[in-house]
Amino acid sequence: MDLLYIDRHLLHEVTSPQAFEGLKLAHRLPWRRTNNLATVDHAIPTTDRSNGVSGIQDPIAKEQVITLDQNCREFQIEYFDLLDARQGIVHVVGPEQGATLPGMTIVCGDSHTSTHGAFGALAHGIGTSEVEHVLATQCLVQQKSKNFKIEISGDLGPGVYAKDLILALIRMIGTAGATGHTIEYTGKAIEDLSIEGRMTVCNMSIEGGARAGLMGIDDKLVEYLEARPFAPKGGLWNQAVDYWFTLNTDDAAIYDQHRVLDVSRLSPQVSWGTNPEMVVDIDATIPAPTDFNDANNAEVAERSLSYMGLTPGMAVNEILLDKVFIGSCTNSRIEDLREASKVVKGRRVASRLIGAYIVPGSGLVKRQAEQEGLDEVFKNAGFEWREPGCSMCLAMNDDRLYPGERCASTSNRNFEGRQGHQGRTHLVSPATAAASAIRGTLTDVREFL
Amino acid sequence: MVSTAFPVFTSHTGIVVPLDRANVDTDQIIPKQFLKSIKRTGFGENLFDSWRYQDEGTIGKTNRIINPDFVLNDPKYKEASILLARRNFGCGSSREHAVWAILQYGIRCVLAPSYADIFYNNSFNNGLLPIELADSLIDRLFIEALQPSPMTVDVDLAQQSISSSGGITATFDIDSTRKHRLMTGMDNVALTLEHQVLIEEFEVTHRQRMPWLFND
Ligand code: SF4
Repeated sequence: MDLLYIDRHLLHEVTSPQAFEGLKLAHRLPWRRTNNLATVDHAIPTTDRSNGVSGIQDPIAKEQVITLDQNCREFQIEYFDLLDARQGIVHVVGPEQGATLPGMTIVCGDSHTSTHGAFGALAHGIGTSEVEHVLATQCLVQQKSKNFKIEISGDLGPGVYAKDLILALIRMIGTAGATGHTIEYTGKAIEDLSIEGRMTVCNMSIEGGARAGLMGIDDKLVEYLEARPFAPKGGLWNQAVDYWFTLNTDDAAIYDQHRVLDVSRLSPQVSWGTNPEMVVDIDATIPAPTDFNDANNAEVAERSLSYMGLTPGMAVNEILLDKVFIGSCTNSRIEDLREASKVVKGRRVASRLIGAYIVPGSGLVKRQAEQEGLDEVFKNAGFEWREPGCSMCLAMNDDRLYPGERCASTSNRNFEGRQGHQGRTHLVSPATAAASAIRGTLTDVREFL
Repeated sequence: MVSTAFPVFTSHTGIVVPLDRANVDTDQIIPKQFLKSIKRTGFGENLFDSWRYQDEGTIGKTNRIINPDFVLNDPKYKEASILLARRNFGCGSSREHAVWAILQYGIRCVLAPSYADIFYNNSFNNGLLPIELADSLIDRLFIEALQPSPMTVDVDLAQQSISSSGGITATFDIDSTRKHRLMTGMDNVALTLEHQVLIEEFEVTHRQRMPWLFND
C-alpha cells in the first residue's frame, strides 16, 4: 500500500456529510482547501428551483443539502449551490469547468469518477472514510492497480455511439472483467470520438469492474480545455500543454491484460437484464437462460428475466415502454441532447408513455441547449425539460419508476430497483432513447436516420 | 496519539448466512432512499431492504412486511454474523453506507470468491473483514451452510484461516497493511498524518513541476 497524492477532490451532498463530521470530531482542517470543489446533484429535485433550498419538499434530502451548504461555508470550499448557474452532476461540472486536467489524480465519493479519465487523469471513486482521509491529508492509501489495455478498432456506423461502444465492451468483458485494473482505452474508434463521447466511455469503466479508465492526450482534448475557467492561462497554459503531451503511453508499455473490440459492425445496444453486462443488439431477441454456459449464469439470467418481466425469444424492438429518461453523468451533455433532438425534431412522444424526461447534466448545459432551441424541440414533442441533477439515474428524488414500470434510460445502471422500487431499466444511448420515446417501444434509431 | 476508529478484529466465531447470488450490488445492499441520512448509523434495519421486505422502505418506516422467502429472514440464520456470498460482491456504487449497513446488521465478516474494489476498500475502513476464497471452497461452504442445522465458522485473522463446524478448513490471503489495520483498529488519517513532513516535501516538488495545479 502506498500514499497517493490527490490533485482534485470533488464533493457532493450524499457521500460527504459523515466525512465532514469526522473531520470536525477530530478537530482537523482540510489539508489543501483550494483543490476541493463541491456541488449538489444526487438528492435534489429537478422541478422548479426558484425557492432554492427552502423549496425542497423532502425534509431529509433538504437537511442533506443544507449540511453541504454549511460544511462548504465552514471550511471555505468552493461550492456551486442549488441556485448557482454552474450547478450540475459532479462529473459533468468538473470537466466543463476545466477543473479536470490531464495528469491529475482525481477522486470523488462516487464510483463514476472514472469519467474524468477521458482527460488523461487518474480518477476513481472512493468511500466516505476516504473522502475524510483526502480532506484531512490530501492523500489516499492506495494499492497500485493492474493495467488493462482495451483497443477499440473500426468506425462506428450511423446510429451507433459511444454509449453503444461501452455497453458492447461490458457485454464482452463482464461486470467484473476489469476488477483490480485500470483500463486504458486506445484505438481508432476512441481517437475518433469527441471528448464528450470519451467521457461516456470512461464513465462506465466502473460497470466493467475497473475503478478507473484512462485515455491519451491529443489536440482535440487540449482544444476542449482551452479557456475553461479552472484551466491554466497564459504561460502556465503553454507549460501545461507541453507537459500533458509527455503523458501518453510508451509504445513498449506492458499490460497485464489486453483485449480488442471491433465496432465496425456494431448495432445499437440495449440492456435486457439487471446488470450492465446483460446487453443485446437492438435488432436481436431476448436470450433464454439455456443460452448461458454455466449453471450460475443461467440462474442469474432466469431471475433477471423474471424481474424484468421478459420472455426469451421476444423481439427487443417490440418491448413496450412506460417512461424514457435522457440524463445522468453518462449522457446528459450538450452533444447527447443534440443527438436526441435530431431524432425528436418534428415528432411526438408516443401516447402510451407516462413520462419522458430530459434532464441536462448542468446549468450550463441547460443554458446552451436553450440557446440552440433544443428545449423547444423536446417540449414540442411532449418531453419534460428539467433542472440539472442525477434525477432518475438513481431516483433519490421524485423522478422515478413505480413498480413494474419499464424505462429506456441513458444512465449507467440497470440494477434491481435502481430507478425506483421494482422499476425496470433498459440502458441505451440518447439517440436510441429518443427514438424509443417516439415509438413507445425500444427502437432501432437507424430507422429514424 | 493514534485512536481506534472501529472495534478491532482478531478472531470471530459465528453462524453463516448463505446469500446465493452473484454480483450483489450496493444498490441491493442498501437502496438509495436510505442514503439521504447524514449519519453514519441506523442502516442495519435496511440492509438488503428490497429483498428483506415486501413493502417499499423509507427512512424510519416501521411495521414492515417481511419477505419470508429471503434467506436473512429464515429463523435458522437469525443470529448469523458471517455472510457467505458469490462472486463480485459489492459491485456498483461507492456508497460506504453498504458496509455500514452490513456491520450494523451484525455481520463482521464476508466470505466470497471476489469483491468489487471500492467495496473491498471501504470494508477495511470500518472493521469488516471480506475474505476471498476459491470458488470450489465457496461451493462447499454453501452446501454445508444449507444443511438443516446452521453452520458455524471460526475466523482467525492472525493465522489467516477459517474452519467450519462441519470440518471445512482453509487459509486466505490478505494484504499485511490491511490485516494490521483490522487487528489494531487504527485511525487511517492519524497514521497518514505521521508522514506529514513527507507529504509537505512532496507538495513543494509537485508545485515546482506542475505550478498550474496550484491556484493557492
Ligand atoms: S448521474 Fe447517476 S451515476 Fe452519475 S453521479 Fe449521479 S447518481 Fe451517480
